[in-house]
Amino acid sequence: MTLTPAELTSAVSGGIGTSPQRPDGNLKVRGEFAYASDLWHEDMIWGATLRSPHPYARIVSVDLTEALKVPGVYAVLTHSDVPGRNQYGLEHKDQPVLAVDVVRYQGEPVALVGADHPETALRAMKKIVVAYDVLEPVVDMETAADSAPLHPGGNLVRHVPIRRGAQDLQADVVVSGRYEVGMQDQAFLGPESGLAVPAADGSVDLYIATQWLHVDRAQVASALGLPEEKVRLTLSGVGGAFGGREDLSMQVHACLLALHTGKPVKMVYNREESFYGHVHRHPAVLYYEHGADHTGKLVYVKARIYLDGGAYASSTPAVVANAATLGVGPYEVDNVTIDCYGLYTNNPPCGAMRGFGAVQAGFAYESQMDKLADALGMSPVDVRVRNAMTEGSVMPTGQVVDSAAPVAQLLKLVQDKPLPAGTSSDIRELPGGVSNTTHGEGVVRGVGYAVGIKNICFSEGYDDYSTARVRVSMVNGSLAAAVHTAACEVGQGLVTIMQQIVRTELGIERVTVLPMDTTIGNGGSTSASRQTYVTGGAVKAACAAVRSRLDGRVDIGSEVIDETVEWRHRATEALDPVTGQGNAHVQYGFAAHRAVVDVDVELGLVRVVALDCAQDVGRALNPQAVVGQIQGGSAQGLGLAVMEEIQTSGGKVRNPSFTDYLIPTVLDMPPMSIDVLELADPHAPYGIRGVGEPPTISSTPAIVAAIRAATGLALTRVPVRPEHLTGT
Amino acid sequence: MDFLRPETLAEALELKAARPDAVPIAGGTDVMVELNFDHRRPAALLDLTRIPELREWSDGLRIGSGVPYVRIIDELGAQLPGLAMASRTVGSPQIRNRGTVGGNLGAASPAGDTHPVLLASDAVIEVASVRGTRMIPADEFYVGVKRNALEPDELIVAVHLAPAKGPQQFSKVGTRNAMVIAVCSFAISLFPEENRAGAAVGSAAPTPRRAVDAEEFLASTLDFASPKPLLDSVKREFGELVSRAASPIDDVRGSAAYRKHALAVMARRTLGWAWQELLGQKNGGGEHACA
Repeated sequence: MTLTPAELTSAVSGGIGTSPQRPDGNLKVRGEFAYASDLWHEDMIWGATLRSPHPYARIVSVDLTEALKVPGVYAVLTHSDVPGRNQYGLEHKDQPVLAVDVVRYQGEPVALVGADHPETALRAMKKIVVAYDVLEPVVDMETAADSAPLHPGGNLVRHVPIRRGAQDLQADVVVSGRYEVGMQDQAFLGPESGLAVPAADGSVDLYIATQWLHVDRAQVASALGLPEEKVRLTLSGVGGAFGGREDLSMQVHACLLALHTGKPVKMVYNREESFYGHVHRHPAVLYYEHGADHTGKLVYVKARIYLDGGAYASSTPAVVANAATLGVGPYEVDNVTIDCYGLYTNNPPCGAMRGFGAVQAGFAYESQMDKLADALGMSPVDVRVRNAMTEGSVMPTGQVVDSAAPVAQLLKLVQDKPLPAGTSSDIRELPGGVSNTTHGEGVVRGVGYAVGIKNICFSEGYDDYSTARVRVSMVNGSLAAAVHTAACEVGQGLVTIMQQIVRTELGIERVTVLPMDTTIGNGGSTSASRQTYVTGGAVKAACAAVRSRLDGRVDIGSEVIDETVEWRHRATEALDPVTGQGNAHVQYGFAAHRAVVDVDVELGLVRVVALDCAQDVGRALNPQAVVGQIQGGSAQGLGLAVMEEIQTSGGKVRNPSFTDYLIPTVLDMPPMSIDVLELADPHAPYGIRGVGEPPTISSTPAIVAAIRAATGLALTRVPVRPEHLTGT
Repeated sequence: MDFLRPETLAEALELKAARPDAVPIAGGTDVMVELNFDHRRPAALLDLTRIPELREWSDGLRIGSGVPYVRIIDELGAQLPGLAMASRTVGSPQIRNRGTVGGNLGAASPAGDTHPVLLASDAVIEVASVRGTRMIPADEFYVGVKRNALEPDELIVAVHLAPAKGPQQFSKVGTRNAMVIAVCSFAISLFPEENRAGAAVGSAAPTPRRAVDAEEFLASTLDFASPKPLLDSVKREFGELVSRAASPIDDVRGSAAYRKHALAVMARRTLGWAWQELLGQKNGGGEHACA
């Protein structure tokens, strides 16, 4: 009998639309999951990184003599030991593997030690003598472009202008503001870890927690001066990523030490080093002006946005493009003037983090929408609905939104949810919790709304694709499938999604996910909410190829059907460098939040009582994972709203620890009521829409709006601190 | 690094005398973090977890320095409400299972959660060495930033703290609703029979410290024997005096101005709650009020 895919689907469980248990879930809860920090190899040695204590300094001299004398030390390496190109970077190769004659941020790697024990490595590191000539750091993003150049081309990494419609208009009501976003950290719980194993032929295997194996490999090979085939990467257990693993950390360092010593080399950052070892979310200063007619209809939006990229470019150019192109939010505006600038400074390097430029803009434009509502005497929801984009709306880039954009519907869904009961008398549910700061005194409730927009997948003409291999053979008398990609599972649940897709497409219940490595083609980055879309699309396409060879058979004897497919989403275009016009994005995702907060207005403490969300996901391939993404993204937005910030002073990080960099606990994050819409995008596999990032964008401004409603304060900066609420 | 594991207190004291550089460790919630961050490299660790008498409490109360917070909350909450409230704000459940008041005292961090309660409640710290035992009142125990009155050969053996003679309150500001280090904290203990109250601030000066002027103000202003409802002006004056007792700094956790402001608010509120409870006891037959 020949079965069609639809009939097959009903025959197996665990296909798309269901929520099969994750293979890593129980292991992680029980502490049994093997993370990259658990890697071990017989005879391995340990690598350690000497970092600059200064945000900006010339290196006068480096003396390794005493360090090399420490018993148990195998190697002490500097930039002169980098055999290939001592520069790398995601978009601009501007970052040295090891500093040459200048350091541009506190924590920049200067030298490496390989030793028989982490303790030995640490002792040797302390004996390296580096003489620095300390320079005045550039730390102000707004004046950085006119400051002394930190790189040959000056301090402007990228300027993206958007010019649409009339540029000099009057409006009945005009509101303007200056907003600031502090430096948020991804704060993944599994610090950077990897193991490099040298081979006799001069090649190297690297086991690593990363977000993109192939781009890591290209950068590692370039720095090592090796052809790419001599650098093999295998994904190790990843303890969270959120963008912080897109850039290299110790990838080249571990391989350098391994090839230099001929020994397997393990490197693990501790928590403090992790804060110096990865990029953060760009701090931003945003100037906005909104003009509207008396009905609340937006006439124009003008914005000038500064994003502090820190010492190296990382993904600043793409973050700048996002903040610019998404800079007015999910609203229809015919006349737009935006200038968005990404700058070099001597602050910590900033790059990818969940939301990627859309978060910073989102805080500003949503604050503006509330200000506009106030000025018009409209409700925050009404002014948003009045301007909400829909399918067919035109973006400030001129791009037509060609699938569902249910912005008004999302807002109404969260507005119509029941409000939580009044302020509790249980201190565990009051601001401060069991810290016993209030029994209700000074507590005022506020409600706030926000909605956001995020581009899904890579933009601006990037050739964004993924490669999937699906192999089917008989195992114990029935068909079994294996799926192989290089797409990184970082905790988001891709392994489960791929199994679900294969089950649905081939009607085969037993699906093995092979280790993710570079023996197969590029899987693209686990970022931009793109893996279910792009790698999911590749797996689906590979299954189609397998299915046509399978031809309905349920017994293929000793035959092995093995198909590899490279799959890409529809092409995008570059932005016009003068007008910022172009079909730059693949897909847009939307989420809306309603936040309810209790604020102790005397102590400036906040408890988020409710943080309800509605989001369109096109199609929920794994409904439980979708809800998990929305909860996680909302929590990360809550963190930015009220606590998460890397504080810097003169370019130095003041709080590189989880004692002082606070992330929300279960007592800070309320249970959420979540509405998931499934309005299929006809351009996407199964109609799916990327899920991970949109909730991070609207969560923060909704909470701040609620705090404003409770306090009457302007609150133009996140995170909101008790000092802001108490005027101290 | 040597790891010393005495089985008895006598043995521990001998070891500490022989190795004054040995760092005592009980729950390890502070010492291990310092080691992991390489902030500290002791030549030896002195493990106190095998000494039974440090892990017991007895009536009176004498609380062994190795009694974990979770047991203070569960077993002593009724007798020592202030200490239990402060213990409840320490870290996470895992940390409260391991961490001890002895460790809080050993670290003597100005931000240690139990210090204000010990100060406000007239606790006495029992320390011992091969030379003998000393009883140190809490307000002589904290001598500088992360420094206490211990001699190099001494160990913290117990905390002596009488069961509450009246209402007690503890309040702590942190920028997260749980598992957070204090930005500043405050404790108050009423001693109605002695017509006075103890008050102390944490994380708002180089050491935890008593708010002496505030204590004297209450003793001279309030009638503990036949309490009347508190005047708002009394609460405010008390808050101001507590705030003035602090000499906080600006740091990554908060500004000095905010700390002074928050202490005044916490002092006002906790005095109100404690006084309300006292009113309930005197007028309502022991009814527990929660204003």
